[in-house]
Amino acid sequence: MLSIENISKIYPSRSGNSPTTALNNVSFKIKEKEFVSIVGKSGAGKTTLLKLILAEEKPTQGQIFFDSQNIYQIKRSQLPLLRQRIGTVFQDYKLFPSKTTYENIAYVMEAMGASNEEIRRDIPQILELVGMAGKADNFPTELSGGERQRVTIARALVHRPDIILADEPTGNLDPYHTFDIIRLLVKIYELGTTVILATHDKEVINNLGKRVITLDQGKIIRDEERGRFIL
Amino acid sequence: MFTSLKRTIKTGWKNFSRNIALSVATISIMIMVVSLATLLFLLGPISDILISDIEEKVDVSVYFKEDVSPEDILAAEEEIYKISEVKEIEYVSKDQALERFTENHKDDPDLLESLTEVGYNPFLASLNIRAWEVSQYGQVASFLETGPFKDLIDKVDYYQRKPVIDKVFALISSINKTGIFFSIVLGAIAILVAFNTIRIAIYNSNKEISIMRLVGASNWFIRGPFLIQGIIVGVFAALITLLITLVICWGLNSRIGLIIPEVSMLGLLAGNFWMLLLIQLATGTGLGVISSLIATRKYLKI
Repeated sequence: MLSIENISKIYPSRSGNSPTTALNNVSFKIKEKEFVSIVGKSGAGKTTLLKLILAEEKPTQGQIFFDSQNIYQIKRSQLPLLRQRIGTVFQDYKLFPSKTTYENIAYVMEAMGASNEEIRRDIPQILELVGMAGKADNFPTELSGGERQRVTIARALVHRPDIILADEPTGNLDPYHTFDIIRLLVKIYELGTTVILATHDKEVINNLGKRVITLDQGKIIRDEERGRFIL
Repeated sequence: MFTSLKRTIKTGWKNFSRNIALSVATISIMIMVVSLATLLFLLGPISDILISDIEEKVDVSVYFKEDVSPEDILAAEEEIYKISEVKEIEYVSKDQALERFTENHKDDPDLLESLTEVGYNPFLASLNIRAWEVSQYGQVASFLETGPFKDLIDKVDYYQRKPVIDKVFALISSINKTGIFFSIVLGAIAILVAFNTIRIAIYNSNKEISIMRLVGASNWFIRGPFLIQGIIVGVFAALITLLITLVICWGLNSRIGLIIPEVSMLGLLAGNFWMLLLIQLATGTGLGVISSLIATRKYLKI
């Protein structure tokens, strides 16, 4: 489903220092309905990799194929179609501050052209799934960190994407909410969606028992089917 | 199509009303721009009225010699009418000239007494000639001095008046030029300020715009509500300016009427109401939409 081929990303330095290599010749494949964790220390290149998959940035070298389509050959005007097949969960939530929980989730459906009936039918269901049924009319500032992350997951999920990209979704949460969110991601995976989870949380990974790709200084140092967090 | 338009308008209105402080600030700035456009639009007709009023007062008088008979003068009048530049001619006989002088100076007994002492009517019969345009007086005057009845003419007073006429029109033309210059400068400043206000307003949303791109919204889906917001700001600014214009014109109507009776502010407004409204709406919404388009462009590149 997703094929990452010889990806390198080098950020040029602005201050005249040597450029930063975020990813160095990274290649791997992700199958449909797979749960993959990408682990590594801060600065290992996890977030860069997810940004490249979302075509938020372009690689210095290499290609990414999504169902045999090279995503860097997609015109900017066609990028929304790619992104509509991906649901993204960000560490800093990236909710629209001036929209309520309901509106935040509805926005993605509206952007895809869903009808009012579909929106009215699906949002209560998804809010129920992420345990936020009673908070539909709250603005993000009225929610706790864990609640905001649930809304982000609901927004990433509501249009039934093929892949969920979760970039440090538990980075700002306490242990209790961390496992809550991870349980939710596993549930989404079990319902048939591919999940790519980037994290540096050892405990989360060791409890999952799923495929783990370990990055260190921009390189893949380990790719195991039932991996653990070893660095 | 209809659903997405409805959604865009709804979202635009929500963005407008949820950021009411920013919206009010943007409207205030926009009111300045629309007011300037209104002022320029209304000043045009007012200055036209003033100029034509002054032009009405300019004429050339041809004084005929003492011994020229009224019949000869009327024959000359007919000849002069044939010049295409001439708009109208008024014949003032010796007696009428005396009558007008006496009437104009009835409060000045010394002057009237000196007139009695002269013992006869010293005034000459004349033709007051009015041309279509001020620039044509020179041609009319030279025709009179070289024409077939030049021997009948005592004097043409165009050359005495010419410096004054020229001065008045030079003044009007320089006022017009200065006005246009200042309008352009002020207009440019106002447009820049309005554009920057909208840009700052949209800058506040730059993060939101990038999130919108990342969750798969198309550029037009993102832009739509911002354009609607720009239109709403423009419409509000136009309507408020219209109200201000109405109040000012109503307040100034009687005062300006006293100074320049030919200018009726309310009449001017009534005659140009729809055009004015159109100009105000076009200025407000046009600026709102263009500023929004330019300002969002930058953040849509993700």
